[in-house]
Amino acid sequence: MTDLNELTLAQARDGLARGDFTSVELTAACIAAVEAARPLNAFITETPEKALAMAKASDERRASGTVGLMEGLPLGIKDLFCTEGVLTTAASHILDGFHPPYESSVTTRLWSEGAVMLGKLNMDEFAMGSSNETSYYGNVVNPWVPEGDNRRYVPGGSSGGSAAAVAARAVLAATGTDTGGSIRQPAAFAGIVGAKPTYGRCSRFGIVAFASSLDQAGPMTRDVRDAAIMLRAMAGFDPKDSTSVDMAVPDFETALDGDVRGLKIGVPAEYRVDGMPAEIERLWHQGEAWLKDAGAEIVPISLPHTKYALPTYYIVAPAEASSNLARYDGMRYGLRVPGKDLVETYEGTRAAGFGAEVQRRIMIGTYVLSAGYYDAYYLKAQKVRTLILRDFQQAFQGVDAILTPTAPSAAFAFGEKSGDPVAMYLNDVFTVPASLAGLPGMSVPAGLSATGMPMGLQVLAPAFDEMTMFRVGAALERAAGFDARPAKWWVS
Amino acid sequence: MNLIEGATGPWEIVIGLEVHAQVSSNAKLFSGAATAFGAEPNSQVSFVDAGMPGMLPVINAWCVEQAVRTGMGLNAEINLRSVFDRKNYFYPDLPQGYQISQYKQPVVGRGSVTIELSDGTVKVIGVERLHLEQDAGKSLHDQHPSMSYVDLNRSGVALMEIVSDPDMRSAEEASAYVEKLRQIVLYLGTCDAVMAEGSMRADVNVSVRRPGEGFGTRCEIKNVNSMRFIRQAIEYEARRQIAIIEDGGKIDQETRLFDPNKGETRSMRSKEEAHDYRYFPDPDLLPLELDPAWVEGIRASLPELPDAKKARFVAEYGLSDYDARTLVSDRASADYYEAVAKGRDAKLACNWVTTDLFGHLNKDGKTIGDSPVSAAQLGQLIDRIVDRTISGRLAKEVFELMWETGRDPDAIIEEKGLKQVTDTGAIAAVVDRVIAENPDKVAEVQGGKEKLLGWFTGQVMKLSGGKANPQAVNDILRAKILGG
Amino acid sequence: MSLDRDTVRRVAKLARISVNEDRLDDLGHDLNRILGFVEHLDEVDVSGVQPMTSVASQTLRWREDRVTDGGYPEKVTGNAPAADHDFFAVPRVVE
Repeated sequence: MTDLNELTLAQARDGLARGDFTSVELTAACIAAVEAARPLNAFITETPEKALAMAKASDERRASGTVGLMEGLPLGIKDLFCTEGVLTTAASHILDGFHPPYESSVTTRLWSEGAVMLGKLNMDEFAMGSSNETSYYGNVVNPWVPEGDNRRYVPGGSSGGSAAAVAARAVLAATGTDTGGSIRQPAAFAGIVGAKPTYGRCSRFGIVAFASSLDQAGPMTRDVRDAAIMLRAMAGFDPKDSTSVDMAVPDFETALDGDVRGLKIGVPAEYRVDGMPAEIERLWHQGEAWLKDAGAEIVPISLPHTKYALPTYYIVAPAEASSNLARYDGMRYGLRVPGKDLVETYEGTRAAGFGAEVQRRIMIGTYVLSAGYYDAYYLKAQKVRTLILRDFQQAFQGVDAILTPTAPSAAFAFGEKSGDPVAMYLNDVFTVPASLAGLPGMSVPAGLSATGMPMGLQVLAPAFDEMTMFRVGAALERAAGFDARPAKWWVS
Repeated sequence: MNLIEGATGPWEIVIGLEVHAQVSSNAKLFSGAATAFGAEPNSQVSFVDAGMPGMLPVINAWCVEQAVRTGMGLNAEINLRSVFDRKNYFYPDLPQGYQISQYKQPVVGRGSVTIELSDGTVKVIGVERLHLEQDAGKSLHDQHPSMSYVDLNRSGVALMEIVSDPDMRSAEEASAYVEKLRQIVLYLGTCDAVMAEGSMRADVNVSVRRPGEGFGTRCEIKNVNSMRFIRQAIEYEARRQIAIIEDGGKIDQETRLFDPNKGETRSMRSKEEAHDYRYFPDPDLLPLELDPAWVEGIRASLPELPDAKKARFVAEYGLSDYDARTLVSDRASADYYEAVAKGRDAKLACNWVTTDLFGHLNKDGKTIGDSPVSAAQLGQLIDRIVDRTISGRLAKEVFELMWETGRDPDAIIEEKGLKQVTDTGAIAAVVDRVIAENPDKVAEVQGGKEKLLGWFTGQVMKLSGGKANPQAVNDILRAKILGG
Repeated sequence: MSLDRDTVRRVAKLARISVNEDRLDDLGHDLNRILGFVEHLDEVDVSGVQPMTSVASQTLRWREDRVTDGGYPEKVTGNAPAADHDFFAVPRVVE
C-alpha cells in the first residue's frame, strides 16, 4: 500500500469507492511522502494530524453513504488560501503567526466535497515571482533535474510548492492561484497539469489578494482528468465575492473524450517571440500536428497587442498590489517592528516584513498610481487591456481554442535569472495575455527538453468555455503520452 | 454683503462644506456587521471591516437607495453609472490601508439646497456632488500612556459625503445650510443626523478675501460635530486668517482640527505630509449601475420635502412664511400640524401648535414625538373653543391639564364643570345682580364712560366662575345698561 | 522617464517602507529598469478605448441590508501584535 500517494485523483476516487483502501490509508501514504519530500521545501506548514482527522471523518461519511466529489482525497493547499486556525503566511515574514479565524471559499468547497488537507504549500511571497525564489520560507526545489547536473532547478512560480509537491507525488493534487501565469508556468516546469479557469469562476474570498482583477484559483494535478474533477469542486458562485459569476458549473469530466474533430485551433503569430528556444518551437509545432491528427483544424491567427501584455501586466498588477498590501501594517495581525512612533513602526514593519521583490512591486505600483502618473500608466494600461481582450474576442470569432507554448523555456537553475527583475518577468510572456483578458487557460505536459526537463503546451479558450479547454487539453495529453517522472533524488 | 472688518479694511469669508451623513442602515456599506451606536469595542466588526487578508466587499443595496433618495432631496442629478475607488493612505483606524469611496464618478452629481436666513433672505447653495464611502474606525488616545486604542465598530459604516460649492459667506449661512441638510435627510429618513453621535458631521473649508477678489487659500477644518462648533470654528478660523494676512503673512493650505474646549482651530500634525491618495477604481467591485426604472420608482415614492411643504402650507392654509417655516422644520411637527388643522381654522390651529404646544415642548425639553397631547386631542380642544363650549382663556387652562394628564379635553371640561354658560336667562340674572349692586357705576356708563362696561363684564364672569360666554355677557350688559 | 533619488525616497515614504540611503540607488536602478520596460505602452494608440472594468461584462451585485456578521471581537483582535480589552493597541497617534 506504500504507493497510494502515486495515484491520480481519479484512481484514488475509484479505489476508495471500491473499498480497496480507506482515506486514512491513502492520507497516511501521502503524509509519509510529504515527509520524505522535505528536501524540496514544498511545504510551509504540514498538518498531518488534521489530515488524518479529516480522513477519518471522510471514511465515516463514506460509511454512512455520503460521498462528495473529492471524498477522502488528500490535497496540498497553496499558502495563499486562508485556512481557519492553520498558519497562513503568503510566504511572507509580514504574516508571521497569522492564524485566520476564517476559511477561504474555495477550500471551504473542497472540504465540503470531502477533501483532506495535508498542509500549506510554499510559494513566491504574495505570489510575486516566477521561480519561487522570493519566499520568506526559502526556495522550493523542482523535483526535476537534468541528468548529470548537480545544480538545483526552480519549480516556477508563484505556485512552486504546489507544482513540486504534485510532481514529487507527495500530494495527489494541490490548489494554485494564477495572476499572470502562477499556475500554468510552474505546472509546465514540473511536468504536471495546471488549469486557470475564467476570472470569476472561483471565489477569491479568503485568498490573500495580490492583484484583484487578475487573481484566480485553480487546480494543479497529475493529469487533465484530475484537473477537471478538482476544478468542478473548487468553482462556483460565491455571494461573498462581488466578482464571482453566478453561472452553473458543468461537469468538466464529460469533456474528456478528447474528441476535437472539427474544432478550430488558433495559433497566434505573435507568440513566436525572438530568442525562443528551438525546442519550444518544435514542441509547439508538435502540438499542432497532434491536434490536426486528432481531427482539429489549425488556423493561423493574430493577437496584435500581445507584445504589450507584459508591460500592461507590470503596471496593473503592481498598482493593485500596492493597495492590496497596504493592510499589512503591523497594527492588527502579523509582524510588528516597533519604532519610536507610528510612522517608524509602519516603515520598519513593512521594510522588515516584505522581501525585495514585493517591495519593488509595491513601489512601482505606488509610483504608477501617484499624482500626475495615473493617466500615463494605470489608466493607459487598463485601456490596453481592453485592446488585448478585444484581440482575443475577435480571434475567438474564428477559432474554438488557442494553442501556445506555456513558457518560453524549460525550468532554469537557481540564480540564473534572479539578478534582473525584467528577465524574470519574461517567463510569463505566454501566460499573461490570457490573465489580462480573464480567459481560461491550462498547461499540459507535452515533452522533455534536450536536457530532460519537462515542457508544457498551453490551451486557451473563450470566457467560461472551460469545457473546450479541457477537451483540447485531453486530446493533447492523449497524443503526447507524457509519462516521464523525476528521479526521486530527494528520498534518502 | 456679509463682511468682517479687519484692521486694514473689510474681508469676506468664503465657506464650503463637506458634510458626512451616515446612512441609516442596519448593516455596513460593504459588510454584514451592525452599525448601532455605542456598542462594545470591536463587537460590530466583520473580518471585512478589520481588513483581514482575502476579505472582499459586497455592497449593501439599501445604502445605494438612500444615497439616491438623498440626491433627489438635493434636486441633484442621479448618475446611472458610478464607480467605487480606493483612496489610499495609512492610518491605524483605516484597516485596509484604503478607504472605498467614489472619486471621479459619484452616484449623485450637481444639485442645490435653498436656505433662508433670519432676515428672510433666501439663498441657493450649490451642491457639487454626493458620493458613498466607508467610514473609518475610531482611535482613543486617553486609555494608555503610550499607546492609542483602536475600535473598528465604525469602520465600514456607510457615509454619504455631500460636497457644497464654496457659496457660503457667513457662519449663519453655513449653519443654515447644515440645518437644511438635516431637515432633508430627516424627511427622507436616510440619515439620523444626530450630530452628537457623529451620524452627521462636517469638514469646513474656510478662506477669506477682499470683497470682489478671487478665492484665497483655504484651510479645511476636519470633523466638526455640532452646529455651534461649526459657527465657532468658522468665526475663529476667519479671524485667524485675516490676522495672518494683515500681518503680511500667507495662509498655508492645511488640515486643521477644531478644539471645542478652547474654541480654536489648530494644525493637525499627523496630516502634515502632502497627500497623494492614489485613487484608482476598486478592482474588488464592479461599476455601480442603476436601472432607470428603479430610479424613477424611488422618485415616485419620495415624501413631500420641506420647501414644497412650506409653499403648500402658505398657499393652502394661508400661513405666514415664518409660521410655515417653523412648522415644516421637521416632518413630525408638520404632520402634527396638518392633523390638527384638517377641517379646522388653520390659523387658529397654527397658533395653538406653534405657541402653546411648542412652548410646552421646549419648556419640558420634549420632542413632538413624546408630546403628551396628541394632535387629535388638540384638535378637539380647538373644536370646543369654536363651538363656544369653553372660552379661549379657559382653553389655556384645559390645555395645561391635558399636558399634565394626557386626557381628552372633553373629559376634563366635563369633570371640572368648565362648560361655558350660554343660557341667556342665567347670564341675565347675574347681570341684574351686578347692576343692582353697583348703581353708581351704571350711572357712569350711562353718562358716557362706556369703558366701564369691561369692568361689568369682569364682574359677571367672576360670579359665573368664568363659564359665562363673554360675548353673551357683553350683549346683555349693553342692552340692560345702555338700552341698546 | 527615470526616477531620481528624491523620487525613490518619496515613493518609499508613500508606501511606508523605510529604505536606507545606501539602497536608494540600487532600488532606483531596478525601478527604472521596470519603468523602462513598461513604457513600451507609449506606442499604443488608445484613443476612444474604454479602460477594462470586468471580463464578464457583469453588473455589481447588491446584498440586502441585514446584519449577518460581526459579534466576535475576540476573533477580530485575536491575531493582533498588541490588544487590550478588545481594542487594538497601536503606537500612539498624535493629532
